[in-house]
Amino acid sequence: MPVKSATAPRAAQELSVKPASKNARVVPAKPGSPPNAVPDSTTWSRGSVLSVTSLTPKTVSEILSLAGELEQQDPLERARRLAKRKIALLFYESSTRTRTSFELAAKGLGADTTLVSSLSSSIEKGETLKDTGLTLRALGAEAIILRHPSSGAPWLLERETRLPVLNAGDGMHEHPSQALLDLRTMLNHLRPGTTTVAADTLAGVNVVITGDILHSRVARSNMLLLPKLGARVILCGPPPLLPDLAADIPGVEIERDFPRALAQAQIVMMLRIQAERLAGLQLDLEQYKAKYQLTEALLAAHAPQAILLHPGPIIRGLELTGEVADGPQSRILEQVHNGVAIRMALVYRALTLPEREVRA
Amino acid sequence: MSSLLIRNGHLIDPAAGIDAPKDILLKDGRVSEIAAPGKLKPAPDTEILDAKGLTVAPGLIDIHVHLREPGQGYKETIATGTAAAAAGGFTAVAAMPNTVPTNDSPEITRWMQAAERGASVRVFPIGAATRALKGEILNDYAALKAAGAVAVTDDGHPILKDSIMREVLINATRCGLSVIQHAEDTRMTQGASMNAGALAFRLGLRGMPPEAEYSLVERDIRLLAELSKDKGGSGKAGARDKNGAVPHLHVAHTSTAQAVAAVRQARRNGLRVTCEVAPHHFLLTEEHVGAYNTNAKMNPPLRSAADCDAMIEGILDGVVDAIATDHAPHASHEKEVEFERAPNGITGLESALGLSLRWLHREWKLPLSRVISLLSAQPAALLNLKGRGTLTAGSYADVVIFDPKAEWIFNARDSKSKSNNTPFDGWTMQGKVHYTISEGRVVYRAASAK
Repeated sequence: MPVKSATAPRAAQELSVKPASKNARVVPAKPGSPPNAVPDSTTWSRGSVLSVTSLTPKTVSEILSLAGELEQQDPLERARRLAKRKIALLFYESSTRTRTSFELAAKGLGADTTLVSSLSSSIEKGETLKDTGLTLRALGAEAIILRHPSSGAPWLLERETRLPVLNAGDGMHEHPSQALLDLRTMLNHLRPGTTTVAADTLAGVNVVITGDILHSRVARSNMLLLPKLGARVILCGPPPLLPDLAADIPGVEIERDFPRALAQAQIVMMLRIQAERLAGLQLDLEQYKAKYQLTEALLAAHAPQAILLHPGPIIRGLELTGEVADGPQSRILEQVHNGVAIRMALVYRALTLPEREVRA
Repeated sequence: MSSLLIRNGHLIDPAAGIDAPKDILLKDGRVSEIAAPGKLKPAPDTEILDAKGLTVAPGLIDIHVHLREPGQGYKETIATGTAAAAAGGFTAVAAMPNTVPTNDSPEITRWMQAAERGASVRVFPIGAATRALKGEILNDYAALKAAGAVAVTDDGHPILKDSIMREVLINATRCGLSVIQHAEDTRMTQGASMNAGALAFRLGLRGMPPEAEYSLVERDIRLLAELSKDKGGSGKAGARDKNGAVPHLHVAHTSTAQAVAAVRQARRNGLRVTCEVAPHHFLLTEEHVGAYNTNAKMNPPLRSAADCDAMIEGILDGVVDAIATDHAPHASHEKEVEFERAPNGITGLESALGLSLRWLHREWKLPLSRVISLLSAQPAALLNLKGRGTLTAGSYADVVIFDPKAEWIFNARDSKSKSNNTPFDGWTMQGKVHYTISEGRVVYRAASAK
């Protein structure tokens, strides 16, 4: 039966399916290609940190050095650095560590902060992110620290407000300040005193991240940042929480056997199962614990020299036992402590780096 | 009695096999005569249009547009959508039924075609296959057809139940209507906003797997094969109509290599399956999502480079029957939101010809007549739009006159559409439309044209 729609003449058979020019699909050299065609690498404001992908080792070094410098500085002198500057914290999701440490960081530099959270503001009445951002700008905010359940929301906020934006966690995407404070914690352990990093600083270091990788912005920021400094990131978890294609990221590997992964680790990072993002995924928690829970026995058998990190909140008795969390290898509270210094550096940069002349 | 003589142009009418300098006389909304240059002697009151250096072709036909009326006039109206169509060289568009309310009825189907809508070009409504696009109760196809509907579909709400899809195919065939399916197994795409894969993983977005598309295409083809085997008139629920026609399945906006492959194979097996591809699916990949650009968000989503290549291959080897835009206007405030919350879709009527000529014709060396065929003769044949998609004597006087070599920059702000949600803003186009003529009336005249 001939296909009826083929009544129009067809030269199909004579045509080669080979492209006339090999790169035609790439659609090169568009004079007006959309300004955001390149993911993550550019921001409107130089002080914005939306993703670790735009951070070079040089920038990371600047942040680490600044964090150290600010931490050491006399608190009264430090408070003159950003005296009476205005910073807004815009939080669409709950947070303890990140919110408090950003707030303490900004206040430690002398800035005034204001917290807008989705449950006690006009966001509840249906105000859009764009309008909330413009409102904060009109109120005098000079930078916005954003936590939001939608991946990519910081780009929208930055584009619409043209203010420096610090990404304090966007959906399942990234949490750059967490990766930086994790890095600082790792360096304190592995390379004490180091604040200058390069492409080989973490050469030979294996970081094992275990748990709900799929939904974790902390895992993403770490796996995108650490390989830039030479580390090998080994991901561990069951397929529903760790799809194979995670290994497409350069420097990232998958080892699903937890003891075998631990045996390679200098750094063990455990993650919480993000019940709020499972989206209908059914998980047998007992089975999960049997395979992936970090216990004292596992740590002693396979990674006695490693340090333990966890971005929090920890769920004792699920991804790790209480003994491990409180044990000698744990650096969980040191991470929290490092958060303030790193965030002081990020906030300081956000308000002091000169604006870009013209966006590339 | 109005008549218009188009002189000195180069006529390309793929359905008639014409690719030569010709003069064309249009009279009372129809093509009256075609003749060698200078042979036609116009009556004194005939308007004369000089097409020197220009290509004259059947008006373009877009079988997949969303005109948003009734119900969502803030995005687009039939007047503005068809004005955009005219500016893009289109003289007929087939309008999807996901209006508010849904186009379930002969009343709405007629309302959309009424003169009061102020359409610049012909609007062919596509009726909803099931009541309110819910995939449960079939609409009255005979009544829809009598009111002017040219096909049925549940468009963005694909029909997942086998039994309902079978019934839709049987009933549509009896009424001589095509069934258009937006192939997406929505059970696999909950909460997803871009193509599934490594990039979606990195961007922290839930992905729509290619299987969601091609598994439904394969299911539909399987149903079609079963129904096409049934003998009509045996008392059994055969799918053939009284003339023995077999069911026609049209796959909307194919975006995956496997879906095109499934259509290719079904055609080899003699089934009446057709498909369309949108310019964004043969030009853009998922990488264009970039930093969460909501103008790169549509459904089906932008796919991998390999899928993009497969669309080109399908166009070149003839499996693809039509280029259709899936013109989906949205107000700027709807797109200026978080990527996951933004509505799907982009506008397309004013960039389809320019992109097709710039890329399919210039880069991929698809002959001009084939590009025109994919945008006119083939879509007309596909939806059985009689007297359209060709310029033989007696056909509707639907004509596009354009300069096939001219390059220009597409500026979304100049769009005739009410919305400007397009990823092609600022792109270089090839092929400048000078005139669009719908049933004998000049409905678009470029500022540069005389």
